[in-house]
Amino acid sequence: MNIKVYVPRDAAALSLGAGRVADAIDREAQRRGLQVQLIRNGSRGLFWLEPLVEVATPEGRHAYGPVTVQDVPGLFDAGFLEGKAHPLHLGLTEEIEELKSQQRLTFARVGVIDPVSVDDYIAHGGYVGLKRALAMSPGEIVDAVTQSGLRGRGGAAFPTGIKWKTVLDQPPQQKYVTCNADEGDSGTFADRMLMEGDPLMLIEGMTIAGIAVGATQGYIYLRAEYPHAQRALNEAIAAARASGYLGSNILGSGKQFELEVRLGAGAYICGEETSMLESLEGKRGEVRVRPPLPAIKGLFGRPTIVNNVISLASVPVILAKGAEFYRDFGTGKSRGTIPLQLAGNIKHGGLIERAFGLTLRELIYDYGVGSASGRPIRAVQVGGPLGAYIPESQFDTPIDYEALSAIGALLGHGGVVVFDDTVDMAGMARYAMEFCAIESCGKCTPCRIGSTRGVELMDRVLANIDRERNLQLVEELCDTMLHGSLCGLGGMTPFPVQSALKHFPEDFRKTVQ
Amino acid sequence: MSADRALRDPLDDSVRDQVEAALAAHQGRPGPLLQVLHEVQNRLGYVPPAAIPIIAEALNLSRADVHGVVTFYHHFRQAPGGRHVIQVCQAESCRAMHCDKLTEHAQRKLGVQLHGTTADGRYTLEPVYCLGNCACSPAVMIDGELHGRVTPDAFDALIAPLS
Ligand SMILES: NC(=O)c1ccc[n+]([C@@H]2O[C@H](COP(=O)([O-])OP(=O)(O)OC[C@H]3O[C@@H](n4cnc5c(N)ncnc54)[C@H](O)[C@@H]3O)[C@@H](O)[C@H]2O)c1
Ligand SMILES: Cc1cc2nc3c(=O)[nH]c(=O)nc-3n(C[C@H](O)[C@H](O)[C@H](O)COP(=O)(O)O)c2cc1C
Ligand code: SF4
Ligand code: FES
Ligand code: FES
Repeated sequence: MNIKVYVPRDAAALSLGAGRVADAIDREAQRRGLQVQLIRNGSRGLFWLEPLVEVATPEGRHAYGPVTVQDVPGLFDAGFLEGKAHPLHLGLTEEIEELKSQQRLTFARVGVIDPVSVDDYIAHGGYVGLKRALAMSPGEIVDAVTQSGLRGRGGAAFPTGIKWKTVLDQPPQQKYVTCNADEGDSGTFADRMLMEGDPLMLIEGMTIAGIAVGATQGYIYLRAEYPHAQRALNEAIAAARASGYLGSNILGSGKQFELEVRLGAGAYICGEETSMLESLEGKRGEVRVRPPLPAIKGLFGRPTIVNNVISLASVPVILAKGAEFYRDFGTGKSRGTIPLQLAGNIKHGGLIERAFGLTLRELIYDYGVGSASGRPIRAVQVGGPLGAYIPESQFDTPIDYEALSAIGALLGHGGVVVFDDTVDMAGMARYAMEFCAIESCGKCTPCRIGSTRGVELMDRVLANIDRERNLQLVEELCDTMLHGSLCGLGGMTPFPVQSALKHFPEDFRKTVQ
Repeated sequence: MSADRALRDPLDDSVRDQVEAALAAHQGRPGPLLQVLHEVQNRLGYVPPAAIPIIAEALNLSRADVHGVVTFYHHFRQAPGGRHVIQVCQAESCRAMHCDKLTEHAQRKLGVQLHGTTADGRYTLEPVYCLGNCACSPAVMIDGELHGRVTPDAFDALIAPLS
C-alpha cells in the first residue's frame, strides 16, 4: 500500500508551515511503518485552509486543513490516510464550495499535480495545445489566440493575438519570447502560484508563442523576491528538456525553442516592459521611449513578444480546447477567465479564477467572507499600487476591464486589497507617492521630482499646515504626473491619490492630535 | 593584470577568485551582467568595490557601467550585510494588516532601523515591497524563507533561533 499524500510546496503554504507539516507526516509514517508517497503540489489557493493536506483515496482526494505539526499524529490515529473523519477534515477537495464554484482554466492543474513532473502534466491534459500548434501554420496559431479574445493579463489588457501578429510580421531573424514574471504589484500572487504550481503550463505557452512567431529563444524575467518560483521553474525546464519538449528538435518536429530564467534585482520599474528588456540585457532598468514597440525592436534590438505569465499560461488551453471555448467565458470585451487575488484585511484570502463579470461585492463577501478583523470594509484597492481605491458604494461594479474603467478604476493584474474602517486614506495616498519616489527609474522629471514633492505636500496636509492650499497643489501635481510622465509609474501614481481624495475627502481633513 | 596583482591585499584575491567563478558560470550568454552580479552577491554576501573592475574588464564594459547597474537595483549590496537578512513587507496588502506596527516592533526588538545592520553583525533589517504573500499578510522574508500572518510574537519566535 503506497498512499499518495499531497502537501504544497507553494511559498505561501510554506510561509504557514507546510514544510514542517510535510516533514512531520514523513516522520510519523516511518514511525508507524506505513508506506506514504509525499507529493509536493502547488496550492489550491484557499489560504485560510493552508497548510492544506490532501490524501488520494479511491473516491477522490480528501482534504484536511489548516494542519499544524501538532495535528499530525492525531490525523494518523483518526485514519486520514483512508479519508476518515477528523475535526480538520474538509471532505473531498473538489467539493469545497469556494473551489467548486470557480471556473479554473488557467489554474486547472495548480494544486492538483506534481508541478515538475512531465508525466503528471500530460496525464492531466498538458501538452495537448503544443501538439495542436505543431500541426498548424504560424498564422493559424496567432489567429486562434486573436479569436479567443485573450487580452494581456499583466494589466494593460492589450489583445495578445494582435501583439503576436506584429512580431510574426517582422522579417525572419532572431526573435525572442519574453515572459514578464516581475509581478511587482502588491496584492497579486497569481504569477507566483502558477509558476510554483504548474510551471510546465507557462513553458508550454512560451513554446507555442515561439513556434507561432518564429522565435527560438525565450527568457523568463523573474523577480528576485520569488526564490521558490525560481526553483520550480528551473526544475520544470530541465524536466521538459529531458523529455524533448524543449531544445533543438521539439517532439521531432525540427522546431527549436530554448528557455532561460533570469532574475530581476528588486526594482518595481523592471516590470514595465521596456525597463524589463533593459534589465534582461544586463543594464540599468531605465524605461525606453516607445515607439519602437518591443514587438518590432525589443530584446537586443530584435522583434520580441513581451507577455505576462498568465497571458502565456492561458495559451495552451486556447489551443487545446479551441478559441471559442475560451471566448465563451466572460462578458463584453473581457473574454475568458481572470485569476483574481483577494488579499489584505480579508477573512478568506486567496486565488479565485472566474469568468469576467463577478461583482466586487460577490468576490469580497461571498468568497472573502468579510474582513479578517471583523470590522466593516471601507475600501478596496484594485490593480496594484497604481490602481484606484474604490469605496463600498461602488462594490456592485462587475469585474471586467470596461466596467472598472467606467468608474475611474482599473483591473490591472487582478489584485484586490481589502481595507477595514481603521484605514487612513490620507496615509495611503502619501504612501503611493512615497512608493513612486522609491521606485522611479529617474528618467523623467514629473515622476522623479514630482513624487518626492508629493510626499512633502502630503506631509504638510497630514500635519495640517496650510492644508487646503497644499491639497490643491497635490491635485495639480497629480495632473502634471498624469500627463507628463514617460511611463505608467509616474503616469498612474495619481490614480490611488486622486481616488482617495475623491472618495474619502474626510481623511485628508482630520484634526491633528 | 598580473603586475598589479602583487599590490592587492589577500582579501582581494579571494574576491577575485569568487568573481571569476561567477563570471565563468555565465560565460557565453548574452547580456550577463545582472546575472553575474547575483552570482557574486550569492557567493560573497555583497558586491565589493574590488569586484567592479574585474567584472568590467571581463565583460568589456566601463567601470562606470558596472557601478551604474549595481547602484540602480535595490537588491545589490555594496557593503557586507548582517548574517541574517530580514525583510518586512511595507506594501498595501500588508499595510492593511498593520505592517507599520510590525515594523516598529522589529526595529525596537533588534535595535536597528530599516536599512540598518545590528552592531553585532547579526541582522540586517530591510523594507520590501510585496513578497507575493498578500493573502497571508503581514509577510516577512528571512534569508529567503517566507513567513505569513506574522504577529510581533511570531516575529520574536522566528528570530530567536538565529545565531
Ligand atoms: N502585473 C504587475 O505587477 C503590474 C505592475 C504595474 C503595472 N501594471 C500594469 O501595466 C499597465 C501598463 O503597462 P504598459 O505601459 O505596458 O501598457 P501599454 O498599454 O502601453 O502596452 C500594453 C502592451 O501592448 C503592446 N502594444 C501596444 N500597442 C501595440 C501594437 N500596436 N502592436 C503590438 N503591441 C502593442 C505593448 O508593447 C505592451 O506590451 C497598467 O495598466 C498596469 O495595470 C502591472
Ligand atoms: C510601472 C509598471 C510596472 C509593470 N509591472 C509589470 C509586471 O510586474 N508584470 C507584468 O506582467 N506587467 C507589468 N507591467 C506591464 C508591462 O509593461 C506590459 O504591458 C506587460 O508585461 C505586457 O504583457 P501582457 O500583454 O501579457 O499583459 C508594468 C507596467 C508598468 C508601467
Ligand atoms: S515615469 Fe518614472 S519610472 Fe517611468 S520613465 Fe519616468 S521616471 Fe522612469
Ligand atoms: S521629462 Fe520625461 S516626460 Fe517630461
Ligand atoms: S503586499 Fe505584502 S506580501 Fe504582498
